[in-house]
Amino acid sequence: MSNEPYVMRDPTAELSALVRERVAPPANLATATIALLSISKERSNEFLDTVAARLQARGLTVRRYEKPSYTKPAPAALLQDIVEQCQVAVIGLAD
Amino acid sequence: MQFVAIVKRDCETCQMVAPVLAQLRAHAALDVYCQDDPAFPAETGGARDDRELAQSWRLQVEIVPTLIRLDGEHELARAVGWDRAEWQQLTGLADLGAALPASRPGCASRTLDPGMPERLALRHGEIRFRSRPIELDAFDDPVEVAFDRGWSDGLPVTPPTDLRIARMLAGTRRRPDEVLGLIPPNLIECTLEKAAINAVLAGCRPEYFPVVLAVIEAALEPEFSMHGLLATLGFAGPVVIVNGPVARRIGMNSKGNALGQGNRANATIGRALQLLIRNVGGGKPQEIDRAVLGNPGKYTFCFAEDEDDPEWTPLNVARGSPPGASTVTLFHGDGVQAAVCWQSRTPEELSRSLALCLWGVCHPKIAQWSKAVLVLCPDHYAIYRNAGWGRGDVESALRDALRRPGREIVAGALGVPEGLDPSRAEELVDKFHAEDGLLVVRAGGKGAGQSAIIGGWSAQRNWRQVKIVSQEVGE
Repeated sequence: MSNEPYVMRDPTAELSALVRERVAPPANLATATIALLSISKERSNEFLDTVAARLQARGLTVRRYEKPSYTKPAPAALLQDIVEQCQVAVIGLAD
Repeated sequence: MQFVAIVKRDCETCQMVAPVLAQLRAHAALDVYCQDDPAFPAETGGARDDRELAQSWRLQVEIVPTLIRLDGEHELARAVGWDRAEWQQLTGLADLGAALPASRPGCASRTLDPGMPERLALRHGEIRFRSRPIELDAFDDPVEVAFDRGWSDGLPVTPPTDLRIARMLAGTRRRPDEVLGLIPPNLIECTLEKAAINAVLAGCRPEYFPVVLAVIEAALEPEFSMHGLLATLGFAGPVVIVNGPVARRIGMNSKGNALGQGNRANATIGRALQLLIRNVGGGKPQEIDRAVLGNPGKYTFCFAEDEDDPEWTPLNVARGSPPGASTVTLFHGDGVQAAVCWQSRTPEELSRSLALCLWGVCHPKIAQWSKAVLVLCPDHYAIYRNAGWGRGDVESALRDALRRPGREIVAGALGVPEGLDPSRAEELVDKFHAEDGLLVVRAGGKGAGQSAIIGGWSAQRNWRQVKIVSQEVGE
């Protein structure tokens, strides 16, 4: 090996991993609004309907959300709405 | 009046004009630079050493010998190669080289040796990269460092040195700082420079780079849904089908083992896209890539269509490109399954036989979810061709053969819960969606009637949002 320094260029986005503090879960769900987000897979709502019914039976507040398509990321406005309105989110992921 | 001459010993014309240079020096100030041997020419007592090519690069010499007439630092005129009249006019010496032939072409300057322009441009600061340099010490193995830093798909990568990146970028006329788009899943802006670095990692040659760029641009079309394809639980990854003259120009394989290993262009173009999504986009298995199993094509899956038969309409032309255009078509592909049809002799038999195999895509009782690519092998194509069938006939026959009574595939039929809604029992059901549901391409070697089926991503059932995308290859 020669004495010349061997230099490679970084193929990545050069973003340092951004470690964010997790939001502490609310101490009491009774005062929280719970987001139920469907990603629009076929049976997502079936699952979330059941979850919603059970939560509401306990007197908890839920708000329903739906991505337009599971093939693409959620629109920023939808995520922002969840962040502003809710303290907890349940996402119905797979089929 | 001053002159500079650039020569090299390994050039017969330079050897021939050596006495002329001595003759010129007797009349005028002449600096001779030699690109390969400072002892040459003996007639002038040697030359200034330009083996590092600094002077040749500065003077933008392309041919040796080059004779330049200067006024201080300002160039007035130059002659390349040997042309007696031109040299006599340039020097004002009417008898210069009178004993030599009237003219003789020179040789290429060493500044034009393969890779040398990029090497010299880097050395002289004319190419600067914006990507972060990572310096290794004498104990580091570059390939191992690339593994350690997470740049690899599991196979060794080519270390992205400045020279390799510069050569890659020389494969296109586009600017290194041009932005190609936002790479999913992290939606990171990607420049040509980053694309070139990842193409180097993948093992591409510079002449593949325009194809790589077209592949990236196709993948970034919103309707291709690259984010979803990466994040899916399913098997699929991007499959690249290359059409047009570029495939032959860069030596892609469309013949035997076209879907397999062994061809550098096939192997590395598909890999470049996957590495870019991993490294720039941040898409990694068991992170955003949620595939339950994945498939080996997620290392790379790229091949060219066989366009040897002018009677056959190539895929890109069938999709609207002008004949002779070079394009890439990106499909969301699961992997390869066999369509072994050895007994079929007529086009009708073969269509029915292939259709049976195609019903297996995604699930034999599911219709209009996944799309498919049928890679028609030469032995099967010969059956169609001998009957005078072209693309339209083949596609039409397959479409008919892929239509089944709904009752055979409703949920519960055959004791299998998968299937159509029972309300559709009396319908005739098409296996594939009418829009791009089945792409037929030709590839492969002769010897057996076994075509290939590349099953598609089940999310293709959202046909308005998830589309197959074609993109023309630029320069």
